[in-house]
Amino acid sequence: MSVWTLYEVFVRSKHGLNHKHVGSVHAADDAMAIENARELYTRRSEGVSLWVVPSALIVASSPDEKDPLFDPADDKVYRHASFYELPDEVGHM
Amino acid sequence: MNSTQDDLIHYLLLLGDSALIQGQRLCEWCGKAPAIEEELALMNVGLDLVGQARNWLDYAAELLADGRDADDLAFRRDERAYRNLLLVEQPNGDFAVTMAKQFLFDAWHLQVLKGLCDSTDLRIAGIAAKALKEVTYHLRRSSEWVQRLGGGTDESRRRMLAAITQVWRFTVELASGSEAETRLAAAGIGADPAQVGAAWLHQVEATFASVELPLPPAASHFYLSGRTGMHTEHLGILLAEMQFLPRAYPDATW
Repeated sequence: MSVWTLYEVFVRSKHGLNHKHVGSVHAADDAMAIENARELYTRRSEGVSLWVVPSALIVASSPDEKDPLFDPADDKVYRHASFYELPDEVGHM
Repeated sequence: MNSTQDDLIHYLLLLGDSALIQGQRLCEWCGKAPAIEEELALMNVGLDLVGQARNWLDYAAELLADGRDADDLAFRRDERAYRNLLLVEQPNGDFAVTMAKQFLFDAWHLQVLKGLCDSTDLRIAGIAAKALKEVTYHLRRSSEWVQRLGGGTDESRRRMLAAITQVWRFTVELASGSEAETRLAAAGIGADPAQVGAAWLHQVEATFASVELPLPPAASHFYLSGRTGMHTEHLGILLAEMQFLPRAYPDATW
């Protein structure tokens, strides 16, 4: 168990278009990772497709860089396309 | 009661009891499995089997028509009336023994269900078709564990070899069936035990060969047989635990 690899699990639900991260599992190899993910995350019909990826392979942003990475976007509301007036005929967009 | 019906009841008990006892054994791992992922997997497989047992025992109870239902058959029948395979009542031992038993049983179970999907008895065909999907997955999991342990470290291989040696003699009941089963197959109702036995051996041989586990010589008949209710000493203890509550508190509800 101590040498098992940690995998991140992504599930695509029946009506979903994309795989979503749902959690992680331990497994000795890739095949076991898919099976363990199936046991833990799809036993109540949550999905129709599974991805697993070794957690160590994920490149993540550092929490220390939160300010320079994400703060500058906070005062640039004009990047949201929410200032256009839509004609009624367009309906939902 | 005609003899085909008698054969069929015994057959349903073989299927139902084997699934039930295998499921009960798996559930003994609850809280003790080597990893939480593995524990959930063992419980899921166990519950699949208990669900299948309910379907078979429901049908058996209807044919028996003596006032008992599936719960009565599961919880108020004595050891000698149980018709499960001897293999599934064997103690879990270590994880290698558990997986060796599971694999040998799954390989047999899959072939039986495949045969039953074509049964002229539509109720049997329906139950088998549903169970086949579950058991296809069970076999995939257990065969991978046999390969992982058999082809893993020196220690895991030693344990898998010991596990196979320990339970192999009970496979005589998987490699061959009873005359009643052959009659049911001829009538188009049951799976042909000769075909099941041959396909079972083929599967076991292939899985063992993939990690160079030696195939033991064919097991021979001995004085016990689950099909006639002559069990090993382990079934009684298992039933004592499984049946305690309904027997001590008849008609308890919760």
